[in-house]
Amino acid sequence: MPETGGNSTFSKSTGLPRKRFYRARAHSNPLSDSHFPVPLSPSHVDYSLHYPQFFPSSDKADSCKKIKFADIGCGFGGLLISLSTLFPETLMIGMELRDKVSEYVKERILSLRVANPGQYQNVSVVRTNSMKYIPNHFEKAQLSKMFFLFPDPHFKEKNHRRRVISPFLLDEYAFVLEVGGIIYTITDVEELGDWMKSCLENHPLFEPLTEKELEADPAVKLLSSATEEGQKVARNEGQTFQAVYRRIAASDQIS
Amino acid sequence: MDEEVAASESRKETTEVAPALIAVHPDGHHVAVAVGPDLRVFNFLSNSAVSLLDESVNQPFHKDNIRAIRFGAKGKLFVSAGDDKTLKIWSPENWKCISTVLSEKRVTAVAISNDGLYVCFADKFGLVWIVDLNKNSHDKKPIPLLSHYCSIITSLEFSPDNRYILSADRDFKIRVTNFPKNPLNGAHEIQSFCLGHTEFVSCLAFVPAQENPHSLLLSGSGDSTVRLWDITSGALLYTCEVAIKAGLLESNGNAEEHDHAVTDLCTTLDGLLVAVAIQSLQGIVLLSCNVSAQTLSVAKVVSIAGENFVPTCLANNPSTRELWMVTGVSSLPGYDYPSLSRVLVISGVDVEQEPVVLGDDKIPGGIKLLETLQGTASFDDNAFLVAAEAVKAAMCNLLIKKQYPFENREYRKKTRNDRKLKE
Ligand SMILES: C[S@@+](CC[C@H](N)C(=O)[O-])C[C@H]1O[C@@H](n2cnc3c(N)ncnc32)[C@H](O)[C@@H]1O
Repeated sequence: MPETGGNSTFSKSTGLPRKRFYRARAHSNPLSDSHFPVPLSPSHVDYSLHYPQFFPSSDKADSCKKIKFADIGCGFGGLLISLSTLFPETLMIGMELRDKVSEYVKERILSLRVANPGQYQNVSVVRTNSMKYIPNHFEKAQLSKMFFLFPDPHFKEKNHRRRVISPFLLDEYAFVLEVGGIIYTITDVEELGDWMKSCLENHPLFEPLTEKELEADPAVKLLSSATEEGQKVARNEGQTFQAVYRRIAASDQIS
Repeated sequence: MDEEVAASESRKETTEVAPALIAVHPDGHHVAVAVGPDLRVFNFLSNSAVSLLDESVNQPFHKDNIRAIRFGAKGKLFVSAGDDKTLKIWSPENWKCISTVLSEKRVTAVAISNDGLYVCFADKFGLVWIVDLNKNSHDKKPIPLLSHYCSIITSLEFSPDNRYILSADRDFKIRVTNFPKNPLNGAHEIQSFCLGHTEFVSCLAFVPAQENPHSLLLSGSGDSTVRLWDITSGALLYTCEVAIKAGLLESNGNAEEHDHAVTDLCTTLDGLLVAVAIQSLQGIVLLSCNVSAQTLSVAKVVSIAGENFVPTCLANNPSTRELWMVTGVSSLPGYDYPSLSRVLVISGVDVEQEPVVLGDDKIPGGIKLLETLQGTASFDDNAFLVAAEAVKAAMCNLLIKKQYPFENREYRKKTRNDRKLKE
């Protein structure tokens, strides 16, 4: 991935690594108010750590392949595992806030890679607060799919702003999604289902998929079955509520 | 997740100290200083203090610390806002308050659209609100425009062509949002994020477009740098490590954290020169901005001799090539003066000239101006010694996030009701 000129850790004049830059970053990550590292910008995401088979060295210049799918609040990673073989050439990442859970997903992917040589190379996970740091991980229009499966409901009115789908956060999701990109949401909590649907419905940069499109989309089938939470709901024969919307270009009215 | 904002809301903040602010009318006829709840304006044409008129309330017009003031729409409007959760829009023509806008939360930053149709302000929850000035009512209801998730917004700015509204926050982020034709439905289309600062962003300023089709953006930060950005793409064009370049910080120096945070920026001479205020620097750094090469370099460090003056805010008088500076705080614990504001002027801010810090006897407006803006023509030296620490504390409070102890965080997590419901 290209490094922006002024952003470089290399001195413009000498071509050598800027010592201060490295030292400044060594003692603590400036952005980690929550004890996990956050990439300064999307160009600082180290793809060779996440996808070593696709990016054999950390020399990023040789490939322009980028992450296309993000599973927000991925939990134990069931969806990613299913998507990995369904879209073997697509890079995808899970974002998970809980440390232990994200560690678990990491181990899960690593052991799948060992057990199935050549497979599961396109999935990875990162521990982060997706509500704050989405723009640090993805560029404008980078993603083609975003998944929000069984997110925490945050029932109380005053906690609605903690919900991962909200009118304001949709602005950020619309920014990282390409036009035509799809946002998938599902929940077993009816109230949350209504909320997510109405947020998407009222947002000028999203439109619903038609029934036909939903049927033709292989990812839709995974929503209720692929994740641990989805399976739990299915075992209890619970109802689910999904909303699947497409990112559309801004009409003249809004821009 | 949002402990910071929630905790700062619930805590009593009456003891918080606010830094003094300054703004100069674009035609150079008025200069305004805010310190604590006081708004002081001096008129150079009549060479006297302005008496502000607000029929809705008694003096002081603001009931708590003012956090933001600015002129806008080519000087047709002036706004003031702050901890009293009110925003006041004034007409500099007669200094009457045109309208008072109520906010649900404390106000941290304000901006006026260049066409003078809208005023935007940011609150303590990271929400930006918009007020339609066309509406005829005196009490105008703000409408949500956009939001930064749980980070306090330090600076709001319209691009010179009015196409974008920019918001900078205490995390490290600068967001560039398309300002829509009908902004009352919200501003949903993000143009870019300018990412690269490693600490809070404290200030934004535009280098006006000359031959360039697009203006360049400057930002200052707690990471002791001033950066130059292309706002259309969000690309970082240049990083100037201003504290090191100005010789304030040895490259292996062990300065206290944030000792050299950039606290304010002000462009002069159409952006050819940029004045930079730095925490702990008694004076300013002048950067020269090369628009075509897209670089910044230190042109000069202007030090202020003989008094402890670390500017809390800068303003440019374009017609006289003067840089106006203020230092001060809303309250001085245990001292005679309830608040302190000290105004200084640097003249000859030009490429050819040598900048000079004007003595009080040379300051435009003279003693009258000092009495108006400072509340007194002279201070004893002790006031400044007391103020220096308070100024630093005020800037830190304003810009740096509060860190909560781990146990506190854990406790807050356990007591979250939504989590309990889920189990
Ligand atoms: C109910 S679980 C669902 C997990 C998974 N999607 C599934 O369907 O099994 C919600 C997950 O979102 C994670 N989460 C909540 N807020 C988050 C945030 N701001 N950033 C990243 N992950 C978050 C939680 O830690 C939890 O693992």
